[in-house]
Amino acid sequence: MSIMKLTATTAAIALMTTAAAARDNVQVAGSSTVLPYAAIVAEVFGENFDFPTPVVESGGSSAGLKRFCEGVGENTIDIANASRAIKSSEVEACAAAGVTDIIEVRIGYDGIVFASDINGNAFAFTPEDWYKALANEHFIDGELVANTFTSWNEVNPEFPDQPIQAFIPGTKHGTREVFEEKVILAGCEEGGFFQAMLDAGVDEDTAEGKCMAIRTDGRSVDIDGDYTETLARIEADTNGIGVFGLAFYENNTDKLQVATMSDVVPTTDSIAAGDYPVSRPLYFYIKAAHIGVIPGVKEFAEFFVSDDIAGPDGPLAEYGLVSDPELAKVQDTVSGEVVMGSGS
Amino acid sequence: MKTSLLAADARTKKRNAAEARFKAYGFAAIIVAMLALLILLTSVLGNGMSSFRQTYIALDVALPEEKLDKSGVRDLSVMSKVTTIGYAPILRNALLDALAAQGIETELSNKDIGNMISKEAAATVRNKVLANPDLVGQTVSFDVLASGRIDGYFKGRVTMESAALDGNTSPEALMIAQALADAGVMETKFNWNFFIWPDASDQRPEAAGLGVAILGSLYMMIVVLVLALPIGVASSIYLEEFAPKNRWTDLIEVNISNLAAVPSIVYGILGLAIFINFMEFNQSSPLVGGLVLTLMTLPTIIISTRAALKSVPPSIRDAALGVGASKMQSVFHHVLPLAAPGILTGTIIGLAQALGETAPLLLIGMVAFVREYPAAYTPESGLFGEASTALPVQVFNWTQRSDPAFVERASGAIITLLVFLLIMNAVAIYLRRRFERRW
Repeated sequence: MSIMKLTATTAAIALMTTAAAARDNVQVAGSSTVLPYAAIVAEVFGENFDFPTPVVESGGSSAGLKRFCEGVGENTIDIANASRAIKSSEVEACAAAGVTDIIEVRIGYDGIVFASDINGNAFAFTPEDWYKALANEHFIDGELVANTFTSWNEVNPEFPDQPIQAFIPGTKHGTREVFEEKVILAGCEEGGFFQAMLDAGVDEDTAEGKCMAIRTDGRSVDIDGDYTETLARIEADTNGIGVFGLAFYENNTDKLQVATMSDVVPTTDSIAAGDYPVSRPLYFYIKAAHIGVIPGVKEFAEFFVSDDIAGPDGPLAEYGLVSDPELAKVQDTVSGEVVMGSGS
Repeated sequence: MKTSLLAADARTKKRNAAEARFKAYGFAAIIVAMLALLILLTSVLGNGMSSFRQTYIALDVALPEEKLDKSGVRDLSVMSKVTTIGYAPILRNALLDALAAQGIETELSNKDIGNMISKEAAATVRNKVLANPDLVGQTVSFDVLASGRIDGYFKGRVTMESAALDGNTSPEALMIAQALADAGVMETKFNWNFFIWPDASDQRPEAAGLGVAILGSLYMMIVVLVLALPIGVASSIYLEEFAPKNRWTDLIEVNISNLAAVPSIVYGILGLAIFINFMEFNQSSPLVGGLVLTLMTLPTIIISTRAALKSVPPSIRDAALGVGASKMQSVFHHVLPLAAPGILTGTIIGLAQALGETAPLLLIGMVAFVREYPAAYTPESGLFGEASTALPVQVFNWTQRSDPAFVERASGAIITLLVFLLIMNAVAIYLRRRFERRW
């Protein structure tokens, strides 16, 4: 083959491909917590509608929202999944790139549970226990001293003599934020440590930061991977206690036992009722400018929040999502294409 | 000093001992490598072989008209309003009938019995009914998938003990499954669909397959082959045979060697910036994946091609030039054919490396849940422009799923990938053995 021929072939290929543009499938990216739900909906959507099955990518809430805010057009994503609400800085970044009309859709709630090996000790935690066990420094007699607890019975005499070994989500996970705020900070406040620091003249922000600082001496291990990695770590070290999503726990009840939090067993019901304290809303965000341009965006969103799917008896609840008690309102938001900041 | 040929002196003994030690070290190194391979293979094969088998239930499904087509006119647009959620009870009733026919009694609720059937089954039946509306009103035989937990029981992944603790199944359900298997209604058989079906969500691990991933990998390999081989070979021929040896070619040479060692994720960042953001090719498409992998494979191909060209003795070139051939004739008529086996081997090894690459694909959106088979060409999205995944990405995806059934599937995907790599490397070795010439 001569070089001329080769050049001609490559040029032809390049020409054929630059004609690329239009897209007929919905593209979704974002939170790995929302991913399984989005995949379940995409699958049922694809088999029941004439639209192609949406493509769902994971990568994390922040990464998803960043790509969402890259601009409007066919080579940007249509929907971003997020395990936290969009930040105002992200809304500004979106606006700067021309993504002004965003529809916020809350799909339900996700419980965060503490689970350990099925054959190990059972635990009944309070947030205070977790604060005491994992805080980097304790505030004792007006002074911050390094956390020296090594066994759970030092934290709370009712607990067995089991070494403290926690596997918590790494800082890139949205779950970590919820864990810090709803467990560690809450425990710090409940135990009066926060107040004690304020009384000692520490300003509020510093006190909060000190409360939420997690010890780094190896008793608490950040897991940057997924819950499967946390599970593997617990199987290797049966003294470990891990932080999981409720859905993950419910799919692995034969390997894990769940701990109660403030005497409430985490179930979809106790979370929906607001009894179980550690939960957070899950969202997805729709680029309103893509509705009517990319076929199926609105239909997919409407299907996602329909009673058949996101309702208390739907497949998402079966998988572990806590159904939104105000689902009807969410449905109205989607069908009315109510964008954020429009005052409703 | 007396020396004898029979009695070794101290220095000879020392040298012999050094040789024996070195042999032992080498042997130990091989043993360690083989052990590592053995452990990897046992763990992967042990976990993954079961993914090639799948449990099916043979059901006679009554397709009632009042449920599936109330109007009775067989209008497809009306019939498609009945979703897979509506088909699920029909399948459950079929299973209840099968239980009654076999005389199997149970205390399990109808809902739990319905959960023994895969959620995929409803889609199977619905597609068949919509493809042939005349089936409505009849009783049709289907081979539908059993749910992941039931399937796991027949593969030893789920036991009575684990089922007792499991919220998604129960020992009673497993006993029914055993009874059905004894009656021949439920059967675990070879699962071709593992290679054909697309990925499936967490709720139906039993239906997850490698179809889209294999297709995506194939498309990417085509792109890599079509682009990397000619570009790589052309640049090596130029550098090796035509280019003057000066500072510039030295610089290029150093850069090429350097590029071969650049971490692959860097090519992903490059691909995102150039192919997606600047050239506006589709995200998640095998075209972009193939282009990124081409960039990654090029240095490998260039280096091995240059080595192959170098190994052709200068006497061949001299002889050609001596009888009056031009420089180009000597290269294309004599040097290139002799270097071809080496070039092919290098290309195949480069392709194998590209086939197993995950990191750059993370950044261009190929780590995704994709269920539609990508078409090679569509007028809308161009050549290889439709979203797809790739084999190593599928492994990565499945290891993150919460349902334990995906562990088996991930290992199954690894086995498939290893088989492809083995075939490619075997072809490379065969080509080298078959066509290599030594001087």
